[in-house]
Amino acid sequence: MNRILPVLTVVLVIVALWYVAAVGMNRAWVYDQASRAGVEPPGLGGLITATINQERPVLPAPHQVAAELWKSTVGMAVTSKRSLIYHGWITVSATLLGFAMGTVLGVVLAVGIIHNRAMDLSVMPWAIASQTIPILAIAPMIIVVLNSVGLQGLVPKAIISAYLSFFPVVVGMVKGLRSPDQMQLDLLKTYNAGDAAAFWKLRLPASVPYLFASLKVGIAASLVGAIVGELPTGAVAGLGARLLSGSYYGQTVQIWAALFAAAIVAAGLVALIGVAERGALKRMGMAR
Amino acid sequence: MSQPPSQPVIEAKALNLVFQTADGPVHALKDVNLTIGKGEFVSFIGPSGCGKTTFLRSIAALEHPTGGTLRVNGMTPDEARQKRAYGYVFQAAGLYPWRTIAGNIRLPLEIMGFSRAEQEERTERVLDLVELKGFGKKFPWQLSGGMQQRASIARALAFDADILLMDEPFGALDEIVRDRLNEELLKLWDRTGKTIGFVTHSIPEAVYLSTKIVVMSPRPGRITDVIDSPLPKERPLDIRDSREFIEIAHRVREGLRAGHADD
Repeated sequence: MNRILPVLTVVLVIVALWYVAAVGMNRAWVYDQASRAGVEPPGLGGLITATINQERPVLPAPHQVAAELWKSTVGMAVTSKRSLIYHGWITVSATLLGFAMGTVLGVVLAVGIIHNRAMDLSVMPWAIASQTIPILAIAPMIIVVLNSVGLQGLVPKAIISAYLSFFPVVVGMVKGLRSPDQMQLDLLKTYNAGDAAAFWKLRLPASVPYLFASLKVGIAASLVGAIVGELPTGAVAGLGARLLSGSYYGQTVQIWAALFAAAIVAAGLVALIGVAERGALKRMGMAR
Repeated sequence: MSQPPSQPVIEAKALNLVFQTADGPVHALKDVNLTIGKGEFVSFIGPSGCGKTTFLRSIAALEHPTGGTLRVNGMTPDEARQKRAYGYVFQAAGLYPWRTIAGNIRLPLEIMGFSRAEQEERTERVLDLVELKGFGKKFPWQLSGGMQQRASIARALAFDADILLMDEPFGALDEIVRDRLNEELLKLWDRTGKTIGFVTHSIPEAVYLSTKIVVMSPRPGRITDVIDSPLPKERPLDIRDSREFIEIAHRVREGLRAGHADD
């Protein structure tokens, strides 16, 4: 209870500020309508009702977004082309595939980096460089190139997801696999243990907490990648497509609903990793 | 306790080790000559930088001398390591937090390829030896620092090496715990008959434990005195108030001071 209260207070403050901002930003349209109709602009009460219930507001009010979210998830069949669950699943499937690909790639690169001097010196600068390129610039090229070899739909989006999510995994895993100190490595040496034993018995278990920290960043990055990957596909399906079509038609309520859906999905995915993390650390005896 | 000179377990002749550092060469060991017989308890004492840890690490083939010869059980240190001649205990227990105490003790046994049944049998036996029976299923964080260090000694004993090398194993523990562990270590040495090399900063600890005390001094790291202890094998804690004990401690102190005088 004493944890819920502060959270609730902050949420209420945000919602209140949001309403104030909605009134402020949507006011111009109300005044404009009044002057065109040649009538007096409404008083404060009228202004508020007129600003927070517009069909295409500059900033939709919270209840409008909530209603749209409700209508497009619970309020319609999941097979509907307007259902956020339908679009959300398309995005999530690309996110999960890309996340899996990115995680595997990240772990493999990290293992290579710690065992091979040439990879140690050469891979990391390229990995860093890859992340300095704006994903918005490279995503259409990936879509176009893959389309020319007959790949479309899920896989190109997943590759863009993987492109974003492998990086935190590489960084975290390199740090994790290198986390055992010299004494622990010396101890294995006194057993005459080889690199393989050091990897399986020491480096890999030691890296697990680092891996989960990276996975949390990685899965959020994957979702961003999948959404960005949906933008240049001509707005067929997915949360990204919903955002794009909303902006084509000035459907700000739809954009905000899709934004919130994406945020909820991201929070859910990160929470899932958190559950897996707690379970894994508990099984390893590292959760206290 | 003066033993007849049995076959040497560790034999160093004119041993030299020079580290190349950014500030130029550092002479960590200079002309070290030492013979350690089977079943001896040898302490290495001296200020930091005197090469006592470096010497122990050389025996374990964790460092490689740049001159002279070093034989462990008549072999080079590298060969001796491949034959699992020694168990090594570090200053920190260094138990894996994701393994139980029994799991930590099994670690060397798994790496060395012991059968599952033998792993169990040996783990039970060494847990008993360090008086940690019943703690096998606990995780390291559930044990005190002293118990963790005992577990790390059990881990070093598990594969039955003849030599136990200990690098300030009780350095991070408080004096009360250290006293108890010293007593237990002597009992364990008596029961197992191992040859022990023990690095320490503490004069009372060195005198209490050892049959032979090697006093070392720094820059360059070298041996300044080797004292064969006349103390009996049976050593209650209050032997530290005896005249003989105080005399040996005095001689160690003198040796340490002499090493510093010619800085």
